[in-house]
Amino acid sequence: MPFGLGIAKGMMVTLRNLARKPVTVQYPEQRVTQNPRFRGEDFVWYEERCTGCASCAKYCPQGIIKIVTSPSGEQTQEGEKYKLETFDIEIARCMFCGLCVEACPYDALHMGTGFERAMPRKSDLVITVDELRASAKRPSTWFRPQLQDRGYDPASGEEVSWQDAGREATVAPTYDDMLKRWVEKR
Amino acid sequence: MALPSESITINLGPQHPSTHGVFRIRVTLDGEVIQDIEPIFGYLHRGTEKLAEERTYTQIVTLTDRLDYTSSMINNQAYVMATEKLAGLEVPERAQYLRVLTAELQRVASHLMGIGFFLQDLGAMGTPLMYCFRERERILDLFEMICGARVTVSYMRPGGVTQEPPPEFWPALKELLSEFPHYIDELERLILENEIVVARTKGVGLLPRELAIDSSISGPNLRASGVAWDLRKADPYDVYGRMDFDIPVGSNGDSYDRFLVRVMEIHQSLRIVEQCVQQIPDGPIRSEVPYFFRPPPGDAYAHVEASKGELGFYLVSDGGIAPYRCKIRAPSFINLTALTEMLLGWKVADLMVIFGSLDVNMGEVDR
Repeated sequence: MPFGLGIAKGMMVTLRNLARKPVTVQYPEQRVTQNPRFRGEDFVWYEERCTGCASCAKYCPQGIIKIVTSPSGEQTQEGEKYKLETFDIEIARCMFCGLCVEACPYDALHMGTGFERAMPRKSDLVITVDELRASAKRPSTWFRPQLQDRGYDPASGEEVSWQDAGREATVAPTYDDMLKRWVEKR
Repeated sequence: MALPSESITINLGPQHPSTHGVFRIRVTLDGEVIQDIEPIFGYLHRGTEKLAEERTYTQIVTLTDRLDYTSSMINNQAYVMATEKLAGLEVPERAQYLRVLTAELQRVASHLMGIGFFLQDLGAMGTPLMYCFRERERILDLFEMICGARVTVSYMRPGGVTQEPPPEFWPALKELLSEFPHYIDELERLILENEIVVARTKGVGLLPRELAIDSSISGPNLRASGVAWDLRKADPYDVYGRMDFDIPVGSNGDSYDRFLVRVMEIHQSLRIVEQCVQQIPDGPIRSEVPYFFRPPPGDAYAHVEASKGELGFYLVSDGGIAPYRCKIRAPSFINLTALTEMLLGWKVADLMVIFGSLDVNMGEVDR
């Protein structure tokens, strides 16, 4: 093979690529489309669904979820409702593995979609319970097949109410239903 | 007339653009010729093995993502296989196919990165690396579709995989499979016959067959030295036994062969992915495994053919929720054993070529 043919062949490839459209995205102005399952920060949390069982805190490999509850005296279908005093997620140490979301038995905690949370101080990187209450309810469909089956995409901007986020039937069982089920189980 | 010369010791790294992480080599040079080298590592040590002793078996999956961060899926697979062996868990067939499918996609992504950085080390600034990254990006997009993350996937769990791929995954994979061979051909045309690449890599950094075996080198580096040893064939795990693929083998064991074997392996990996898509059965993707499970006291070792070589996890259980000991056989680390023999006598300009051709990943070397 004559010397230089290999380089010439390679140059043909680069020439052809010169005519292609760029694949890069000019980030702050343009954004890539996120997949619905993207595991992002800004956790979505439904207080109505949360019982304060702290499964998420127990399952977290980093141990960054802090939950403090107290009995509220309020009776619901599932039993006595616990009041959540603290629900702190120390997002600075979070690695977005999604194990807390996988663990949540009541579908109260969902992954979010954000990825822009640069802060000057590490102490600002804590998601508090007030922030969780106020945050937009656009959950990622990671480990939530019920949302995915409905074709939900958090990028659409549509918010999901707490009644629609669960994996159980849309109509919540009544207290009598629960009691009957419990008696049958025993 | 020979000029009187004195040897000089220089430090390469730990912060060097071509060391793929924080790796330091103390090189003793006589003029341009390498007389002695001393590899120094540990700058990226995070204590993964120790951390594993205080995580539950499921939580350790997240640690394995961060070993060789260019092939997280394969690390996940190796770890969950060791756990399943230890606890005697069943894995549904569909989950096994999904594991093989994602692991092979990950191998393609990892090899593309290895090739790209190798060429970058040769001085081909930018172009081939960016071409490789462009194709790798498509695979990472698929990973984001399946499991919500691109690099730190945490997709597999003891007893299966986390989730069923979404419906749009299959058409996307089909499109990728139809376009990818074209991209790889293009990459081959760009670089394989390039006279500069050939001149700089052919015959450089020879790793003879005997030395490769004696220093326990595995993976593409061993196969480039002419040993057809691949754990996917030698000890088939998951559903690799049903797959039809070849083991590309090099003949000389030089840097060019190591590079060539990686390019050939991409084709074979794509073949395996295609067969997975055809054969995958319906069914459950995860057997019922509680989050906190206690394997019976004992030990288990599972190894897989990772993108860099044989990746093994040795787990010892004392009956608790966390392993008593977790030993990781990291292929990148062991592939560095023959570095001194390979480098002695070569010029300092060849150092990065030889080191780059080994395709080591510091996250795995230091663990």
